[in-house]
Amino acid sequence: MSYLSLTERDRDEMLATIGVSSVDELFRDIPAGVRFDRELDLGPPLHEQELSRHLEELAARNVDTTRELSFLGAGIYDHYVPAVVDAVLQRGELLTAYTPYQPEMSQGVLQAIFEYQTAICELTGMEVSNASGYDGTTVGADACFVAKHATGRKKVVITEATSPQVRQVVKTYAPGFGLDVVEVPHRDGVTSPDDLRRASSDAACVIFQQPNFFGCLEPAPDLAAAAKDAEAIPVAHVDLLSLGLLEAPGAYGCGMAIGEGQSAGNYQSFAGPHYGFLAARGEYIRRMPGRIVGETLDAAGERGYVLTLQTREQHIRREKATSNITTNQTLLALAGLVYLSWLGPQGLREVGETCMALGEYAKRRLIDAGAELVFPEQTTFKEFAVRVGRSATEAIRDARGRGVHPGYALGRDYPGLDDAVLVALTERRTTQDVDCLVEALAPR
Amino acid sequence: MAATESYPDDLKYHKEHDWARVDGDDALLGITWFAQDALGELVHYEPPNQGDTISRDSPYGEVESVKAVSDVIAPLSGEILEVNQKVVDEPETVNADPYGEGWLVRIKLGDPSEVDSLLDADAYKQVVAAS
Repeated sequence: MSYLSLTERDRDEMLATIGVSSVDELFRDIPAGVRFDRELDLGPPLHEQELSRHLEELAARNVDTTRELSFLGAGIYDHYVPAVVDAVLQRGELLTAYTPYQPEMSQGVLQAIFEYQTAICELTGMEVSNASGYDGTTVGADACFVAKHATGRKKVVITEATSPQVRQVVKTYAPGFGLDVVEVPHRDGVTSPDDLRRASSDAACVIFQQPNFFGCLEPAPDLAAAAKDAEAIPVAHVDLLSLGLLEAPGAYGCGMAIGEGQSAGNYQSFAGPHYGFLAARGEYIRRMPGRIVGETLDAAGERGYVLTLQTREQHIRREKATSNITTNQTLLALAGLVYLSWLGPQGLREVGETCMALGEYAKRRLIDAGAELVFPEQTTFKEFAVRVGRSATEAIRDARGRGVHPGYALGRDYPGLDDAVLVALTERRTTQDVDCLVEALAPR
Repeated sequence: MAATESYPDDLKYHKEHDWARVDGDDALLGITWFAQDALGELVHYEPPNQGDTISRDSPYGEVESVKAVSDVIAPLSGEILEVNQKVVDEPETVNADPYGEGWLVRIKLGDPSEVDSLLDADAYKQVVAAS
């Protein structure tokens, strides 16, 4: 619909039709004290060319990682997106596809979603994946809901070393689900299985992140075992890009694997929109939120794809649905599928190795320059926390003035870490980039 | 293979299309021919746990067909003694034999006097006719 504003005559006609003399009279029920009593301070109208120039100037103030040097991660990472991803995504049948309710019209996108689900299952070691969720935080809340119904328990445990955004969303949803949330503190950057075991009694599920928010490798199999000792469902929040190197959650006993899919095939896009993934063991299939595409045979015996198990969804099950979100992020999840297919198992492993090696190089360089790691004993994947000997927000602000974004200030979420910066190294960074990082963060 | 419509005289009925076969202190519970016909072929039965307490008029389990999920309402209060594993494994058993092999749970009655409040076959047929 084109944007055409009302004329005075339009207004007068509408007011006359409903029998009101003026716009003021229309709003007379709203108390004067809460009404805005002057014109909006918008400045004069702009003609098209002026408006274009104004918007271009505003847009030019945005910076992205092609123009400035970024070591920002904390859940959203600057991995390279191969050209093939956009080339496939921009095909009309994928770009403009609506919810594929009619299988006879939608075999292409249904097959693509099925393959996405297959890729997620293979990477996480799970038996069923949904067609994606909103993002890496809402799938955390979804997992709690699945676990509550599977166990009949009303408590969830989440480690403090799990992303603060994931924890915040879980805590936001929990009261509506009738769930209590218990957080387990980290010890030197990782979670103690004994702490977790103690916290997990009567818990429906235990959510931990691997690698955790600090980039450190958790003793994930021991954490899963600790959850299972308490008959709570272990849920691993994982980075798809780590799964070429790290063990799949299914292999160490998790009941569900969830995460933010952005690092696989999505741009950072100022932190969204992206896609979340949620995969589970087969026993939870009827409790899975969101839609699932299944493979079947049509009347002629030909292979075909169709939305399946829809009775779990809100348009059929109403208030007993497994989620109030059945919308998913198909296009972005398909970007993930194209990315994962393009890299393959070996490519995924090599990206992981590159990030990890560059991370180790950056750590060594920073240590040589006099910086101190926050958790020197821990193994990290592509991200690590470093002390900068002064306020992290100040160090970050100073570096930003020179076009370098050295990382994320951990003090925002973790008291006592006001001097710590969380630094992410992806395969897009170079050893020369690390020189700039060291210059930005080395103690003065 | 679907059963043909019937409402046996030896059963007691609840208006939410559930039946009870009372035997001393115990009862078998299930859903009626009308209920299974309305749902269509069942693909999943979500049973309660053995030992659970169920209350008259409240849901104690779910049955799911390809097109709908439906609560199963308890016609009587009591404690779950047994879940019909055959229906868990092969939910379509309910369609084939709703009053026989398709029973859902066996309960120990919590309040035997509740039996008097249930409908007999003729009264339930009136409910079906009005549905």
